[in-house]
Amino acid sequence: MNRRNHQIATQGVDYLVIWLYAILVGIGILCIFMVEYRPGTDWFTSFLNGKTNYSKQLIFAGVCAIAATFILLTDSKLFTAFANLFYLFGILLMLATFVLGKNINGSKSWIPLVGGFNLQPAELCKIFAALALAKFLSRQEVDFSKIRSQLIAGAITLSPAVLSILQHELGLALVYTSFLIAMYREGLPAQILIIGSSFGVLVIATLILEPNVLAIILTVIAAVVIFLLRKQIKKKRKLLTIIITIWLICVGVQRFVVPYIFNNVLECYQSTRIYSMVGKEYDCSENRKAQDKTNTNKPVRKPDDYNVRQSKIAIGSGGFFGRGFLKGTQTRGKYVPEQHTDFIFTSLGEAFGFVGCFIFLLIYLFLLYRIVRIAERQRSTFSRVYAYSVVSILFFHIAVNVSMTIGLFPIVGIPLPLISYGGSSLLTFTALIFILLRLDADRQMVLR
Amino acid sequence: MPVFNQSRSRVIQFIFAGVFIAITGQLINLQLFSSKYKLAADNNAFYRKVIYPDRGIIFDRKKRGILENTISYDLVVIPSEARATDTATLCRLLNIDTATYKKRMRDLIFKNTSVKPSVFEALLTQEMFAKLNENMYRFPGFSLNERSVRTYPYNVGAAILGYMAEVDTGYLRRHKDEGYEMGDYFGSTGLENTYEKVLMGQRGIKRFIRDNKGRLQGSWENGAYDTAAIAGQNLYSSIDVELQQLGEKLMENKVGSIVAIDPQTGGIICMVSAPTYNPNYLTGNQRKKHLVEMLYFDPRLPLLNRTLSTAYSPGSTFKTFVGIVGMAEGAIDDQMTVSCGGAYHGCGRPMGCHAKGTFTLKPAISKSCNSYFAVSFRRILDHKKYTDRNQALSVFNDYAHSFGLGSRLGVDLPSERNGFIPGPEVYHRKFGKNWQSCNIISNSIGQGEILTNLTQVANVMAIIANKGWYYTPHLIDSIEGGDQLGLLDKYRVKHKTKEVPEYVWEEVHEGMQGTMEFGTGFYAKVPGINVCGKTGTVENQYRGEKLKDHAFFGAFAPRENPRIAIAVMCENAGYGATSAAPIASLLIEKYLKDSITGNDRKAKVEQLANMNLIPPQMKRQMVQRDSLRQAQQLAAAKKAARDTSGVEEAPEETEPDSSGTPNKPQPAKKGTKKDTANKVALLPEEQRKTNIKRKTTA
Repeated sequence: MNRRNHQIATQGVDYLVIWLYAILVGIGILCIFMVEYRPGTDWFTSFLNGKTNYSKQLIFAGVCAIAATFILLTDSKLFTAFANLFYLFGILLMLATFVLGKNINGSKSWIPLVGGFNLQPAELCKIFAALALAKFLSRQEVDFSKIRSQLIAGAITLSPAVLSILQHELGLALVYTSFLIAMYREGLPAQILIIGSSFGVLVIATLILEPNVLAIILTVIAAVVIFLLRKQIKKKRKLLTIIITIWLICVGVQRFVVPYIFNNVLECYQSTRIYSMVGKEYDCSENRKAQDKTNTNKPVRKPDDYNVRQSKIAIGSGGFFGRGFLKGTQTRGKYVPEQHTDFIFTSLGEAFGFVGCFIFLLIYLFLLYRIVRIAERQRSTFSRVYAYSVVSILFFHIAVNVSMTIGLFPIVGIPLPLISYGGSSLLTFTALIFILLRLDADRQMVLR
Repeated sequence: MPVFNQSRSRVIQFIFAGVFIAITGQLINLQLFSSKYKLAADNNAFYRKVIYPDRGIIFDRKKRGILENTISYDLVVIPSEARATDTATLCRLLNIDTATYKKRMRDLIFKNTSVKPSVFEALLTQEMFAKLNENMYRFPGFSLNERSVRTYPYNVGAAILGYMAEVDTGYLRRHKDEGYEMGDYFGSTGLENTYEKVLMGQRGIKRFIRDNKGRLQGSWENGAYDTAAIAGQNLYSSIDVELQQLGEKLMENKVGSIVAIDPQTGGIICMVSAPTYNPNYLTGNQRKKHLVEMLYFDPRLPLLNRTLSTAYSPGSTFKTFVGIVGMAEGAIDDQMTVSCGGAYHGCGRPMGCHAKGTFTLKPAISKSCNSYFAVSFRRILDHKKYTDRNQALSVFNDYAHSFGLGSRLGVDLPSERNGFIPGPEVYHRKFGKNWQSCNIISNSIGQGEILTNLTQVANVMAIIANKGWYYTPHLIDSIEGGDQLGLLDKYRVKHKTKEVPEYVWEEVHEGMQGTMEFGTGFYAKVPGINVCGKTGTVENQYRGEKLKDHAFFGAFAPRENPRIAIAVMCENAGYGATSAAPIASLLIEKYLKDSITGNDRKAKVEQLANMNLIPPQMKRQMVQRDSLRQAQQLAAAKKAARDTSGVEEAPEETEPDSSGTPNKPQPAKKGTKKDTANKVALLPEEQRKTNIKRKTTA
């Protein structure tokens, strides 16, 4: 029995991914060590004491190794069978945080566990949402080209996101949008992605350009398009209406929707972060939520772009080869806030410079491509959808986290997978990857 | 198994690659092409600490330190760690109230954050340091940091040694590349200033890493890029500190100055500017208060170096020079006699004289006969060998310049005055083309337009002693470790005067020795030493009011082998023979015999020290100042008695004219007191308040 299990567990497992996983976790612990390290202190004894973040992270890694082993030892049918149940459990857990929740850094999304550790259900829910999406799309009666199935799939992925927003975890909520990539692979119309990205471009253009200039540019573009398509328009009058409608929507968005979102929907600090990304200052007095706060006589502390600035300084000061292991002055001086969690990339950037960052990103890219390849070799829809969900989540985390540290994306609290300090995050990604490996090992089986 | 969307796998991979490229692009931008981040990181993280080396020590001619360094202590606090401090005890030890304590803490936190160490009380007194040191365990967050300050062990030489001051923006602008920073101190006056570059040494730089709150995290790369501080070079001066002490003692209660030069080397042995002050006043934490007091509130101007920065008419001491030029140019000879009946009538208006009789050069010098030198001077100017008087005066002035008169000597102290030897063009302007020798007859006896500083007079004495040569007077003989900057080179150049025959010098020496033996300097004789001297009495006026004469005395000794040339000057002291001459004689004795022997001579020291020769106009101003202060305090006390409860909080700064100097019990004139009392009533509200406070806390 034991022997049989062993054989099942090791057969067909993609060792390359396990190696990449181990390397990344190792790099992560080293990075946290760099952040925590202070010369003059006996790091070895403090390491053994288990009080420091890097020793805690090592303990988490140990726990994750055990969890990974368990996952590899389970039967892959378990995941298909229990996908919906897991999802339900995850949603309940998230709802439970509203009752049991503990406030950490302003977001009430943690459930305190024994031993001073806390669990963030929103993290775990990614796995469950991925499984649930895979389960839904792999059902034979589901035709994903139909709007109805698309809406259901959207609801599955977006319900945890909505709960996350209610817990003030905007970053985690955004992660759930990454399922769009997986859905795209399964046949979601490309138009949705195109419209979505066009909207993004339009928002950024609104931020960068003067409103009137942008309006003129949009009008010119519309005019040019009409001129180019004048023959088709003559044949089809409808085309002209479409173009004019699009033009009207665009101008409306840049004129009214974007300012409305910034002033009325987003918090002051969020607007400031987005503005600071394009190098502009946001006037908080226009923000309605900030106004409400001033009206209730709470002092409004003007948020600034300190985080991004320090983060860019730390990475920028690394230069080509970096300052060297443990020699980063910005890391040692604790200039970058939250450096062991969301801004862990800065310690790497400062210590190892461009070369280190590039190699590090190549490892990630390699991991992503490997998972895409694994996904494409699956026979079952369930495994493929799940694999694409995993790669989408990973990709979204990496892209957003790294982009925000180098000033390409506004700051949202998203950890760097397998690197950032944090048990919940590490456990989630471990589970995500190893469930995938378990499914991949059983790719010869047909799963439903 | 729907596989129809397989091509979308490529699209997804392209998206991954695209984002990866975008991130790499931004990384290249940040890490490879933007140097500003590196700079910003260094600004963030490096704390550059300047390590101040010990300043050089100044020694006197017998290698006794007259300007040294000592350790003083600052009370330093890190506010965030000082919460558990026993505030009451600390305030009691520092003599402040808790309100002041809280205010200072607030200010420090505001200026320097609560996690960085700031100076709570600078330069503690010995006593305060001892008290605090015992009790430091009660004051967590406080510490005593030592720092080097200047000290003057002999309490003398304030005017020549100078003091340090904090650099201001102007100084920083003028000395851009010398590494000064705001808050540094530099030699502001005296030798401290002249030899600043030598004394300051080389500053060291230590680089520390600091964290986001500015706390130091240790040295950068274990100090691999630090530079060590190199101590300043020591200076060996020609000052004789004992002579300096005696000189300052003798000049007590007088306004004037003394310069004594070693004629062989040009080294200044003693340089006193009276009134002087204890130089240690300007080192401690009361520095500013003392400075303001002396600068603005003492009418005697103790910060003025009267040996160099004031130019006087040299008076009769100038006559020796007139005699020398007359003889050298052949305008007079040793046979020429002038008889004087009490005044010189050659130019119409009689010029008064101290001695009657008939004189040749020697007795004319001894008795300081005005008529003789008036005649000599006119003979020079009207001499046939010159084409006109302009040329004659030019020749005369050439002599003067070669004797170091009329322009700066180049003493190694700042703010030396030129003096003034008027040329023919001056008189052209004043009297027209055909000016007469009678127009400038006052110059013959060192009055008129001629101005010299006292060091120049002493230098003329040294030239006469040397019979025609001198080294530029200077205070510093050598620099320990070599004079790399060539600061002392100009003091190694031997200057020669215009050619004067040997017998002229002998005649003048003879005459000057006569001064001491039977002439005007008779009372200043030094037993057992052949001193050559010349008295001088200078008429002067202040704001149109004729004042008592300045007393001058110039001398050198011994005649055979001159080792000291000296000039003494007492402002408004009257006849030169009673004050300036005896002071010089005592100094000569002290220097040549190493001590003053004989009871009557010792008694003379005390008598001279006690002699009060403060000029009356200064006395008047001092009395006025003191009574003003008294009246203020009186009014304040009255007001305080009326409403003590009305006083809330005193401003931290003490008024500059506070009770630092003891009130001299000068009887105030009724008139002035009444005047000042009225003025007090007009004092601005603010000032009155502080006065009250002073009274109540005293």
